[in-house]
Amino acid sequence: MKKTLILLALVVGLMVVPFFIPHGGEYGGSDDQAEGQIQVIAPDYKPWFQPLYEPASSEIESLLFTLQGSLGTAVIFYILGFYRGRRGDHAGD
Amino acid sequence: MESLLKKLSLSGLGMGMLLLIVPQEAFAMHIMEGFLPPMWALAWWILFLPCLYVGLVRLRQIVAHDSNQKVLLALCGAFIFVLSALKIPSVTGSCSHPTGVGLAVILFGPGVVAVLGAIVLLFQALLLAHGGLTTLGANGMSMAVIGPLAGYLVWKLACKAGFRRDVGVFLCAMVADLTTYFVTSIQLGVAFPDPHFGITGSSLKFMGIFCLTQIPIAIAEGLLTVMIYDQLIKRQMLPARSQ
Repeated sequence: MKKTLILLALVVGLMVVPFFIPHGGEYGGSDDQAEGQIQVIAPDYKPWFQPLYEPASSEIESLLFTLQGSLGTAVIFYILGFYRGRRGDHAGD
Repeated sequence: MESLLKKLSLSGLGMGMLLLIVPQEAFAMHIMEGFLPPMWALAWWILFLPCLYVGLVRLRQIVAHDSNQKVLLALCGAFIFVLSALKIPSVTGSCSHPTGVGLAVILFGPGVVAVLGAIVLLFQALLLAHGGLTTLGANGMSMAVIGPLAGYLVWKLACKAGFRRDVGVFLCAMVADLTTYFVTSIQLGVAFPDPHFGITGSSLKFMGIFCLTQIPIAIAEGLLTVMIYDQLIKRQMLPARSQ
């Protein structure tokens, strides 16, 4: 349990530290920056295929990303809980 | 053990902090739709399809051998699903997401990951306009084939060298993550050679940009994978061979 907490704290630390460091970045999705990068190397390149469906706004996009994350989380913790229950002993860990 | 892990991640953190003295625009996600010339998109697809086939055959073997494994497979797939949805801020001031393939590699070997990874990539390409159908072959090769292979190699070496299991898990997940984006840079470098420095120069440019962003995220991925691996061990969900 203690180890889990330490690991969790480290992960959170890794995510939070960037906000306390001046770097001039704006936390943009790097997709757009990547397009710029390619335009620098190959100015004449035009994407030849468009996504079939693009989320209507960044809100919709974050909705879909949240859905992706929460569906996955649901599966993971259902399975973990199922096995914990099956183990028979309900002593805390 | 905890102190070792701590040391590992602290040194990683330190490295990341050193690197941010040079602020850079970061590029560390899947290749966008339409952003590989048709020839390269097709070539990567042709490479990816046999891997997908091998993965499907392997998947069928595993399930036929022991249907209990379905639960673990679902868990591995869900883990990739969740981690791919986490766009984590990095020290470079932009965001990127982990791949989550480490767990599946350790439990089932690299073959199966090709299938699981392809499913996640397809979801993101169709619904999120993240990655793309034409570039799915290239993204699949980097995230679901080459990255996992590198991770698997590290995992095997770590087992042979007698490392602690959780250190092996950490290294495997981290290397798989970093390799994925390493390959992505090469894929872009090959498709868009620099006018002055050619393929190498262009790849290096893409690498220099993505490495900085991805390092702390790869470390976070390693730590998360150790966490879930520990939970599986605690519940005795793993077959003896992979414990």
